[in-house]
Amino acid sequence: MSEREANNRNKDGRNRRQFLTDSARGLCSMGLISVGLVSYGRQAQSHAPEAIRPPGALPEHEFLSACLRCGLCVEDCPYDTLKLAQLTDPVANGTPYFVARDVPCEMCEDIPCVGACPSGALDKSLDNIDDARMGLAVLIDRETCLNVLGLRCDVCYRVCPLIEDAITLKLERNPRTGSHALFIPTVHSDHCTGCGKCEAACVLDEAAIKVLPIDLAKGSLGKHYRLGWEEKEKAGHSLMPDLIKLPTRLPESSQ
Amino acid sequence: MSSQKLKAGSAHLIGRDAIAAKGYWQTYRLLLLRRLVQITTLGLFLLGPVAGVWLLKGNLSSSQILEAVPLSDPFVYLQTLIAGHRGETTMLIGAAIVAVFYLLVGGRSYCSWVCPINPVTDLSGWLGRRLGIGRKVSISRWLRYWILALSLLLPAITGMVVWELVNPVSLLHRGIIFGMGMGWYFIGAIFLFDLFVLPKGWCGHICPMGAFYSLVGKFSPLRVKASKRDACNDCMDCFAVCPEPQVIKPALKGKEKGVGPVILSPNCTNCGRCIDICSVNVFEYGSRVANLMENQP
Repeated sequence: MSEREANNRNKDGRNRRQFLTDSARGLCSMGLISVGLVSYGRQAQSHAPEAIRPPGALPEHEFLSACLRCGLCVEDCPYDTLKLAQLTDPVANGTPYFVARDVPCEMCEDIPCVGACPSGALDKSLDNIDDARMGLAVLIDRETCLNVLGLRCDVCYRVCPLIEDAITLKLERNPRTGSHALFIPTVHSDHCTGCGKCEAACVLDEAAIKVLPIDLAKGSLGKHYRLGWEEKEKAGHSLMPDLIKLPTRLPESSQ
Repeated sequence: MSSQKLKAGSAHLIGRDAIAAKGYWQTYRLLLLRRLVQITTLGLFLLGPVAGVWLLKGNLSSSQILEAVPLSDPFVYLQTLIAGHRGETTMLIGAAIVAVFYLLVGGRSYCSWVCPINPVTDLSGWLGRRLGIGRKVSISRWLRYWILALSLLLPAITGMVVWELVNPVSLLHRGIIFGMGMGWYFIGAIFLFDLFVLPKGWCGHICPMGAFYSLVGKFSPLRVKASKRDACNDCMDCFAVCPEPQVIKPALKGKEKGVGPVILSPNCTNCGRCIDICSVNVFEYGSRVANLMENQP
């Protein structure tokens, strides 16, 4: 009987030791795994600029915590634009994206991808595809763009689903010939949805117009900054009541 | 239950007794049925993208039956919830349906009947037994609960759903439907880890998804029970084929200690290999309340 008790105690002692060893091991592996996971997660948060999220996608950080990676948006995309990121793609594993140069977004009116999303990672409050802001087209290379060179390519302008709103042709003098105009493709961020049709259609080997993530493409004025002419219009009159009278500084001889 | 017995058990060909006593069909029927369910599940998901028949849409992380009934993986849902995303009701309903289903049929039934990693690690385990490769390292089977805690804690701290970046279960299922790319290497690594480093390593020691589902099915009514444990002839075949052999012992050998015949451990995957492989039919599917009946005076 006493032998059995001793055995039990031994067993308990071994169990306690094993429990402590296991816990220590668990904690160590946990630390290692979390460092690995978190650093991989941080890396995954910044994806390649050519990877564009579907319409209605929440801001990237929120999108990554919301997306279930189920692929329902991909399966409901009628143009096979969307795909799910694979392990080594430069986008968080399993999340939906598209590359405009390969297959741009066709801007379906019923936005099936958003309707399919079960998690709200694609925001259901987007009911008009023209309000989508997947990215922003930027005429990124003015040295190779045919229109900037003085030719009439106009392809990006012609294919734009919001022609004359999202892309306009801005006339400039052509200093090379002196007698012609340059028709500069000009993107307007208040209308461009970032669908990427312009980038896909650009006739160059490497597109001169590209859709970029909006935070990469856009500058932003300081919050304190006021534009004089806008303030003047708002107020209905000049904000400076009296024009400052400056003294004439001409040499006395010419007065 | 000494290690000598274990060795003696694995020396003979596992399942030989059962085949002799019951024939091939009775020895492998639940295994075949399980493979059929796994293939059918995957097939239904593939039918849409391949043939345009949309019975089941999406993947195991979230899906729709006939474009009407939503299903969502409660583990994936929980991760997004903890990361701070207040999801759509669709997702909540889907997760609830799946959770209730596995609560009823046994949480880890997901592992053995649905999970696409299961055939990979089963194949690895089978090959390991055939080649006589033993374990090289020892890792606690509690590790998966640590990793589960981690995968639910890290989203709270960092706001990122980190486990889904690497989760091989969703990676494989998603990959088969939407394209796998380099993901195959990851799955290959798990196969080799199970084969050469630690048998039953991934599913039995590491996978937090299995750990999660074990908690979902903690009180599941559907259980395996060793009804005819008195007939056990100590051949050890059930221990050899079981993905979680530690769950068998209390039920099979616990009669003297007053332990009931039902396998109550939530880590039993309800795969039913023990039922098939036993030449004297000790095991059967049953309900967990069978233990209460047994213990009544």
